[in-house]
Amino acid sequence: MSHKVVIPIGPYHPLQDEPEFFQLFVEGEKVVDIDIVIGYNHRGIEKLCETKHFDQVAFVVERICGICSTSHPLAYVNAVEDLAKIKVPRRALYIRTIIAELERLHSHLLWLGLAGHFIGYNTIWMWAWRYREPILDCFEMISGNRNHYAMMKVGGVRRDIEDKHIPTLKKMLDEVLGAIDMFKGAVMDDPVIHARLKGIGILTRKQAIEWSVIGPTARASGINIDVRRDDPYAAYDRVDWNVIVRNEGDIFAKTVVRILEMHESVQIIRQCLTKMPKGEIDADVKDIPPGEGIGRAEAPRGEVLHYVRSDGTNRPIRHKIRAPSYMNVASNKVACVGGTISDATITLAAVDPCYCCTERVAVIDQPTSKKILNGWDLIKLSQEKTEQLRKLIS
Amino acid sequence: MSITQQIKQKLANKIRDWHEHNPQRIYFSVNKKNIREVAKVLFKDLGLRFATATGVDTPKGLEIVYHFSFDNSGQMISVRTLIEDRQNPQIDSLAVISVAFEWIEREMWEMLGIKFVGHPNLKRLLLADDWPECKYPLRQNK
Repeated sequence: MSHKVVIPIGPYHPLQDEPEFFQLFVEGEKVVDIDIVIGYNHRGIEKLCETKHFDQVAFVVERICGICSTSHPLAYVNAVEDLAKIKVPRRALYIRTIIAELERLHSHLLWLGLAGHFIGYNTIWMWAWRYREPILDCFEMISGNRNHYAMMKVGGVRRDIEDKHIPTLKKMLDEVLGAIDMFKGAVMDDPVIHARLKGIGILTRKQAIEWSVIGPTARASGINIDVRRDDPYAAYDRVDWNVIVRNEGDIFAKTVVRILEMHESVQIIRQCLTKMPKGEIDADVKDIPPGEGIGRAEAPRGEVLHYVRSDGTNRPIRHKIRAPSYMNVASNKVACVGGTISDATITLAAVDPCYCCTERVAVIDQPTSKKILNGWDLIKLSQEKTEQLRKLIS
Repeated sequence: MSITQQIKQKLANKIRDWHEHNPQRIYFSVNKKNIREVAKVLFKDLGLRFATATGVDTPKGLEIVYHFSFDNSGQMISVRTLIEDRQNPQIDSLAVISVAFEWIEREMWEMLGIKFVGHPNLKRLLLADDWPECKYPLRQNK
């Protein structure tokens, strides 16, 4: 196959997380191959972490991603606590859980909005993002920041959730729960969405195992994994909740998994607010001994893995970071190929990378190797297909 | 039979330095010439999920730690192997077992200069096209 180099037209957003470039090779309507190029925003964070002391690293890794900005510090502190066998006060464990679940809520709402936009449901987009706002406001109330909360530290958390914050949190949760139910209805009861999302972008269970995908992408393909339950950290083993699994592997399943997960998140936070004991929020951490530790956290997109090795100094000598999209994005190679161009946008977006990913798509007509469409054209195509289905059904 | 017992049984003659940091975090070493066979047993026969691999530049040589996850019990099984030859580091590619290994091997190749023999597509993953050849960012030597 002669793949010619193509310069993408779509805008580059180097400030956003996870910029990727997908080249779709098509024959007529059908996607026959896909080339995934990453690395546009490689910042050398693993190397940078070797120059920071253990306390500073938490701040560095927080900047890996702007959306799941607490998952990385959480996995990192889990790793160091595993290495140094540090016991974290119980109150801190509950606070970690609350922050991590609030993050899942706002991240899934963000995705839901974008997915709605891609298939031409701009109302879902506006509503989802409207309900994301009060969650970010709660972050600001607790930590002072809407996005980088800087809550995690080795041995505990940096800030307490004060009693005066709890009524606001509870009120926000009620409001968001109502919204989640609304979205659940909007997705489950809409024949157009069923027609649009079912049976496309399928990742079978076998493929999901082969590509070692994680998070909602795996759970929508019938793989029952969730680090929160399998290898509990924070306070996840002290609250009741369910892992949401669907077997279909298509985009609809991925959407349903995320929407139902938000339900569980609300339940987890509510229980934490009730059960959270009074007391210290951080342990007194002395030197970090030589050794190695692995920390994991279930980010909204799947398992985040941090491996930290120490030689007894105050800096890690090696810090390996594996974000979930690293495994999930690669699986687009099977989920996308064989589908049509109008389904490509939502298929690529279904693993929940970030929106600039799809924005920089180039479509190449295979026989002539000519670039014919850019990212915005693709979104338009995708929206048009929904519109046709809508007319057909109504 | 627990997963650790199964691993010990299936790989009895290949495991060296079995170390349990705690019941959830298990490390062991293997000779680099056995790595493909060991990974195949873990990934294909025992159904462990491949999480990632860490390449480390140590005074003894280049070390790779392959992290596998057994999700039924939440245990992390990390397999260590050492490549002593720093001038021409080589190891069998695991990408022939599963595509899941492809990206991380490309990353270790560009970051540490480890050649993965048998990799179907050993090209740069993260570094820019104009990054100089034979400069490996994660190597510790100047």
